[in-house]
Amino acid sequence: MEGLLDLILAPLHYPFMVRGMLAAMMVGVVCATLGTYVVLRGMAFLGDALAHAILPGVAVGYLVSDGARSAVFWWGLGTAVLTAFGIGAVSKRARIKEDTAIGTIFAGMFALGIALISSAGSYAVDLAHFLFGDVLGVSPGDLWLTAALGGGVLLTILAFYKEFLVLSFDPVLAATLRLPSTFFHYLLLVLIALTIVVSLQAVGVALMVAMLVTPAATAYLLARRLPTMMALAALIGALSGVAGLYLSYYVGIASGAAIVLVCTGFFLCVLLLSPQQGVVWQWARRLKR
Amino acid sequence: MIPEQEPTVKRSTPHDTDAPILEVSHLTVQYENHAALDDVSFDLVGGERIAVVGPNGAGKSTLFQVIAGVMEPTAGEVRVAGQCPGGHICIAYVPQRSQVDWSFPVTVADVVMMGRIGQVGLWRRPGRRDRERVHQCLGVVGMDAYADRQIGELSGGQQQRMFIARALAQEAELVLMDEPLNGLDVAAQEDIFHILSELRQRQVTVMVATHDLNMASERFDRVLLLSGRLLGVGRPDVVFVPELLQEAYGGHLRMVETEGGLMVLSDTCCHGGV
Repeated sequence: MEGLLDLILAPLHYPFMVRGMLAAMMVGVVCATLGTYVVLRGMAFLGDALAHAILPGVAVGYLVSDGARSAVFWWGLGTAVLTAFGIGAVSKRARIKEDTAIGTIFAGMFALGIALISSAGSYAVDLAHFLFGDVLGVSPGDLWLTAALGGGVLLTILAFYKEFLVLSFDPVLAATLRLPSTFFHYLLLVLIALTIVVSLQAVGVALMVAMLVTPAATAYLLARRLPTMMALAALIGALSGVAGLYLSYYVGIASGAAIVLVCTGFFLCVLLLSPQQGVVWQWARRLKR
Repeated sequence: MIPEQEPTVKRSTPHDTDAPILEVSHLTVQYENHAALDDVSFDLVGGERIAVVGPNGAGKSTLFQVIAGVMEPTAGEVRVAGQCPGGHICIAYVPQRSQVDWSFPVTVADVVMMGRIGQVGLWRRPGRRDRERVHQCLGVVGMDAYADRQIGELSGGQQQRMFIARALAQEAELVLMDEPLNGLDVAAQEDIFHILSELRQRQVTVMVATHDLNMASERFDRVLLLSGRLLGVGRPDVVFVPELLQEAYGGHLRMVETEGGLMVLSDTCCHGGV
């Protein structure tokens, strides 16, 4: 028993581990809660694209400020919001499908980001931090920023809960009720952009989509109502953050990757074992027959 | 039964009670290279039940989308109770079952409550009165026992009744239904018609798009025959005459004279149907 307690407490002697865990938990909760709408509205690809597309903004912020966190943050946020509106405009005006517009813009922006970062001296290390995150490098100031903005995202989701629900389930009802659908659509995109930038340091752009989609998808398999799905997703997101950092500490693997692997593990377990849709139970039922 | 009570609809535009519930005048919707609707005009009065019929691509769905306010017409206008539709929330749209994501994590009561959010308003949560209203509306369509079911667990007829309950919760005065009877068995269809009679008593106007000409002529006050242009609107025996039907359907229709009148055999196919 004491051995187990030691295993749990040992990493917590390092302040950077504690900060990392707090950051990973907050990011897990915010990403997963917003992620329920990403999953229900089929926006996973858009989320992935937005995450990748902030790279040039992040790079400019990094280069102009010599690596100051707040500059990276605001440049990233601006780029994410611009990209979200850009994708909307291109797919509406030009006669191409939305996923084509997303693919085109996201690859172009991502390339621009790599090009910008490659012009700096410490290319490989910097790029790796942006791509895969650096949750153990979180400063106390970063924690406060994450808490404030993450809290803002959660409050907005709560305040417009019923509007987002109607818009996701039945856009025609939203129109007949004269809800400002376009406004809420772009509000959701801005929330996703904010969440991505807040989570940048924890998981990096390359694995961001996993934090948005995997816990929510896991909860989707278990829940029958949206509030339950949100709560479950948030719980899974937070647990994955903490468990991922322990995994990273004891096995010695990259923290962002460890968090995402724990998320994926949850998803696979539920996919196989969930009482209603579990693959294993379906096999068992078939064998019985 | 919903006890008579003051409607709680907040109307940004007051209703002109003398005006027809719906006036459509010179409505035209032009797509890239063809007109989906071409100069369509008609009126609906409160409480009537009208069927919209026509072949595939006749513009039935387009007409509904314009009336619901989802789509802007190229020309012409729609007036709801004498006003532009933009300010009204008294129109309900019952979607085709194939257009709904039935695995969405919501219960029957959740879906009916969605009809209330216009009355609840921004920044506020549904209260006890809204929940009571939801249960009353579910009672009207005989779905009270299913309030807590996930929507994917319902039968086809129950799914339609849930959406009608939502229209009631919305306090709609005009209900648009797109192929509501597609794929329902006879008993379930009868249930729906029973509920439509209930709506008529509440002076709710019901507009139904359907492929079934025989049902349209037997069960509706008026029919509206559409084929891009409006070919006719009025009592079924006036509109369903061989010349107009021939014009709408071309060779896809067989008409048989029977003792009871004209019997129509249609071989046009329906969305997702057989």
